[in-house]
Amino acid sequence: MSMKRIMAIACLMAGAALFSGCAKKATTVEPPTAGTQVSGTASTAGAGGASTSGSAYGAGASGSGDYNGGANGVGTVIYFDFDKSDIKTEYQDIVSATARNLTSHPNLKLRLEGNTDERGTREYNIGLGERRAQAVKRALMLEGVAESQLTTVSFGAERPAKEGDDESAWAQNRRVSLVYLP
Amino acid sequence: MNRALALIALLGCVCLSSRSWAELVVEVTHGQDNAIPIAIVPFATPTDAAAPFDVAQLVSADLTRSGRFKPMDRKDMIEQPHTGANVIFDDWRRLNNDYMLVGQLQLLGPDQYNIVFELFNVLTHERLLGYQITANQAGLRLASHQVADMVFQKILGIRGAFATRIAYISVLGHLPNRKYQLVVADADGVNPRIVMESNEPLMSPAWSPDGQSLAYVSFEARLPTIYVQTLKTGERHPVSARAGVNQAPAWSPDGKKLALTLSTRDGNLDIYIVDLATQALTRVTTDPGIDTEAQWSNDGQSLYFTSDRAGGPQIYKIGIGPGDRPTRLTFQGAYNARPRVSPDGSQLAFVTQENGAYHIATLDLKGRGESQVLTHGGFDVSPSYAPNGAEILYATRAQGRGVLALVSADGRVQERLASSEGEVQEPAWSPF
Repeated sequence: MSMKRIMAIACLMAGAALFSGCAKKATTVEPPTAGTQVSGTASTAGAGGASTSGSAYGAGASGSGDYNGGANGVGTVIYFDFDKSDIKTEYQDIVSATARNLTSHPNLKLRLEGNTDERGTREYNIGLGERRAQAVKRALMLEGVAESQLTTVSFGAERPAKEGDDESAWAQNRRVSLVYLP
Repeated sequence: MNRALALIALLGCVCLSSRSWAELVVEVTHGQDNAIPIAIVPFATPTDAAAPFDVAQLVSADLTRSGRFKPMDRKDMIEQPHTGANVIFDDWRRLNNDYMLVGQLQLLGPDQYNIVFELFNVLTHERLLGYQITANQAGLRLASHQVADMVFQKILGIRGAFATRIAYISVLGHLPNRKYQLVVADADGVNPRIVMESNEPLMSPAWSPDGQSLAYVSFEARLPTIYVQTLKTGERHPVSARAGVNQAPAWSPDGKKLALTLSTRDGNLDIYIVDLATQALTRVTTDPGIDTEAQWSNDGQSLYFTSDRAGGPQIYKIGIGPGDRPTRLTFQGAYNARPRVSPDGSQLAFVTQENGAYHIATLDLKGRGESQVLTHGGFDVSPSYAPNGAEILYATRAQGRGVLALVSADGRVQERLASSEGEVQEPAWSPF
């Protein structure tokens, strides 16, 4: 890893730390990612005409094995109502603070990870998770964030934050996690 | 006769090492009232065989699991003939059997066996089957499933699917240390083999029509990629790792194309077709709603899919030709999704939601389009037809865990495949 790259990551970490201080609520612990295998990077790049966003991520993660850009697994989360993708007013502060952070640090990249609760069909849930991630993306862009700073991914119901077959678990799983990328 | 919750067939009799995988055990939760009585007499075994295999036990377990047969308890058998010549039909009739299977396991040479069997109609004394199958020790289980297949077909006129396989996703461990496995097992859940393992989600396994490969979605790069993996060699190659969503692979009947779900930059999910040889991509749907979960019609000319273009998710069908427009197929209820077409094309299995509970339902495609709710588990998703269309395998939850379950296509037989550990989800039944 080049010195320049290390400096860039240090800046990101500082940005993330600064930002996490702004968020007053709904800050939860992301599933720690230590031990996550970042394999398959090469094969991702090998797909005909494939996107290269996967390999960019893989390259950055090789240092610490922590894909969250050194923020030690702590991210910001916006929660949603069942079968809904509109951002509730209580999360407007988070959206605005995130937008300020991104516009004042144009080299920051934020990944919006959409998730659903476990109910319903798995692939349709991927669609709902993507819709939630896109709702947050649009809200950030409306506050001036450049699209180039934002990426989305949907895990549907596949990466719950909490296990369980009741509303208390489901409510924590219907979410978009805001993850700064290295 | 009520067999509900009464019959537990333990099939996990193979000895496996303590590797971490989920063995499935079949529990018949609701059998068919008019199951056919059949005597499956223990086969003669060679006295000098190292580890004699119980052919009759496996055939009996298969037929029981189908819900359509009621094999006689071998403890009630007053004699155990091994050839038709030694059968006293009146005795077996008095014990209320309609059919009987007798046979022998013969040792032909080092690690070479012969399964000889005869099927009789006890009423007419007619010899319905007389066959032999040669196998080595490792092949005896498969050969015994083939015996069950032949008995099933001879008596019911439906091809047996006991000698087929199932793929499923197994999730082991708990947050934050989950492990995802793509597993292929025999149709009775025995002999699980790990095809792919990852610390990130694996989804949507789909069998190629020749049964040689699986397409699936892997998040191992923290982004979804669709892979095709050849089972015999373990070789795999990425088919789609485009920006955004890469999901829901479905093989065309000729095995040359995959339907899949991709997204535009603004997150609109639509269905596309990719030619596996040329990578040429064709867009099929263009609606701003979520279009996903495509499944090919048996003639390869159209796709069934889920779309929420009208509000909630409903099932549609669209021709794959340019300019073809979709037709909506489901109208009852606010949530109908993930269609799977039966092998004969006469019905769709799908997931329907009533009062917050998810069930497996079928839709008649040939007649008046009637639908029938088959299951009542509450979390029933991911239906997959047996290749003979007689049963639907699906995922549900029991005691807080993801498990697999089976329901006959008419809804009368219900079974659960309890897993020894972890969560089991997204079953896919292999072709013949």
